[in-house]
Amino acid sequence: MDLAQFLSDFTVQNVLAGAILLGVSSGTLGVFAVLRGQSLLGDALSHATLPGVALGFLLTGTRNLGAITAGALVSGSLAALFVLLLVRNTRLKNDAALGSALSIFFALGVILLTYVQQSGASSQAGLDSFLFGQAAAILRSDLPLLAGLTVLLLALVLLLWKEFKLITFDPQFARTLGLPVATLETLLTMAIALAIVIGLQLVGVVLMSAMLVAPAVAARQWSRRMEGMAVSSALFGATAGVIGSLISAAGRGLSTGPLIVLTATALVIVSLLFAPERGIVWAWLRAARQGREFRRRRLLETMFGLAVDHEDPGYRIEEGMLRAAQGRGVRGDLRELERAGLVEEARHMPEEGNHWRLTGAGFESARAHVEGGGQGEEPA
Amino acid sequence: MAVGDNGNNNRHEPSLAVHVEDLTVSYREKPVLWDIDLDVPPGVLAAIVGPNGAGKSTLIKTILGLVRPSAGHVYIHGRPYRQVRHRVGYVPQRTSVDWDFPTTAIDVVTMGLYGHLGWIRRPGRKEYEAAREALRSVSMEEYADRQISQLSGGQQQRVFLARALVQDADVYFLDEPLAGVDAVTERAIMRILRDLRSRGKTVIAVHHDLQTVRTYFDWLLILNVRTVAQGTVDEVYTARNLRAAYGGNVPLLEVAGEH
Repeated sequence: MDLAQFLSDFTVQNVLAGAILLGVSSGTLGVFAVLRGQSLLGDALSHATLPGVALGFLLTGTRNLGAITAGALVSGSLAALFVLLLVRNTRLKNDAALGSALSIFFALGVILLTYVQQSGASSQAGLDSFLFGQAAAILRSDLPLLAGLTVLLLALVLLLWKEFKLITFDPQFARTLGLPVATLETLLTMAIALAIVIGLQLVGVVLMSAMLVAPAVAARQWSRRMEGMAVSSALFGATAGVIGSLISAAGRGLSTGPLIVLTATALVIVSLLFAPERGIVWAWLRAARQGREFRRRRLLETMFGLAVDHEDPGYRIEEGMLRAAQGRGVRGDLRELERAGLVEEARHMPEEGNHWRLTGAGFESARAHVEGGGQGEEPA
Repeated sequence: MAVGDNGNNNRHEPSLAVHVEDLTVSYREKPVLWDIDLDVPPGVLAAIVGPNGAGKSTLIKTILGLVRPSAGHVYIHGRPYRQVRHRVGYVPQRTSVDWDFPTTAIDVVTMGLYGHLGWIRRPGRKEYEAAREALRSVSMEEYADRQISQLSGGQQQRVFLARALVQDADVYFLDEPLAGVDAVTERAIMRILRDLRSRGKTVIAVHHDLQTVRTYFDWLLILNVRTVAQGTVDEVYTARNLRAAYGGNVPLLEVAGEH
């Protein structure tokens, strides 16, 4: 099957549309979750949607996306409320509260799921696909609802952008400006829950939180401002969704959710390594270059010190002495300095090994540096 | 006392910039502020000093409605704080936010105008000009488009100060504005605060360095859960008051006089 034919396939189109909606909504909302340090909230919320998914099915008796979505949203919100109550009324820390909510709601969801499966209608229901997601499960009739929810989310974020940004950066200052911070935080949590619900069919409850975190983390590497971060995160999310679900839909029956998440993870790894300014590789290269420069500078200063001590600018120094001073091999650095015209190899007593001395330029360069560095070492 | 409850429109001690009555705050049943009465006249540069755990930051946060008091009332220029938020500017402790947040210095300063802007409206050219002006007044204009993660501690503090300046308030609260900044920045910040005072604003700062109280401030609150003393620096900065707040070990006892 060639690519054009593949892309014109009805199912594939549905999957692509669903993946883009999923990636854009979770990518955008994930920026808030990540910057607010709430990655774990996403995980708890997504696991907590499972009882709602099962109940939505039980109540309507069909795999109706509207009912399942509503159920997921309700049980996700209940979990968020549960966390809030735990934190306010007990001495449990936020992460412990989130962990409890996650496991309690997920356990409840798994029990309900097995109940649904034993009740017989399960073969058509395919509810277990909500655990890890399934590309083929998306129907054309599901798309308007998913698109509507995505548009709703984006509109909310656009309208309240400045308020959401401020409560993310400095919630206390926001309160002194009179913003209803608690209400806005609740709204943001609801929006995150909604973004999770949009992705449930494709990615599943177990891995959905990765779609909140991964695109945002990758985007953070490339962005200087939160506005840019949100746009890149949405793009990364959509890219991961499209690539992952295409691989899955290409027919080997591989699970969709894990493939999408792995694609997003690949984006994260590439971003962590190679993004300009924040990339680890550039930091390594910078550090290595600085280390080399420092080493050569010190080598030159050592030679300068010896030349001064022996009152001979062209004093010949045995390589072993320099090796001892630097605590490591010096041949490479000496060759590099030789190429820069700062030192030269000096034949002295061949049986004693290589000797080196400063050139005129090398002596001046070292003197300028030593005096400029304020070490107070006057050449004799 | 229910002074605040009976008349939201009745001005209460309007001649004072800040008037606090019977303020008590407790965390987990333990009072951290007890029965604080505070009267700060307008147009002063005031310091709040006290030992660690005295409740200095808590006092500011309670006045600004960030901490809920168990009892007490707060009036700003005679009105309950909630009615006159826009007349109050706030510089939190620098360490209270994540400076690796993806944003620029000027963007942080415009946040000071979000209250004036109201819902939904975005900051436009007018707001960015005001923010640039505020950055200029703290000598940070050239850093306007710099990532905040690339700023030094002193520069971050000045960005926070600019964000408060752009609020164009009458009363400013600053939480440790001189903590962890170098001597040059310290002088620059004090120059800005004196300039605010000379324009009739009231500036109240939590301060940790007893050595500089006399040079920098003209009004003083010494706090240790309770009010130890308040008034002009000349009246209040005495060995007896400092000993009452800090216990025996006050290095400045001689400097502070023999009262």
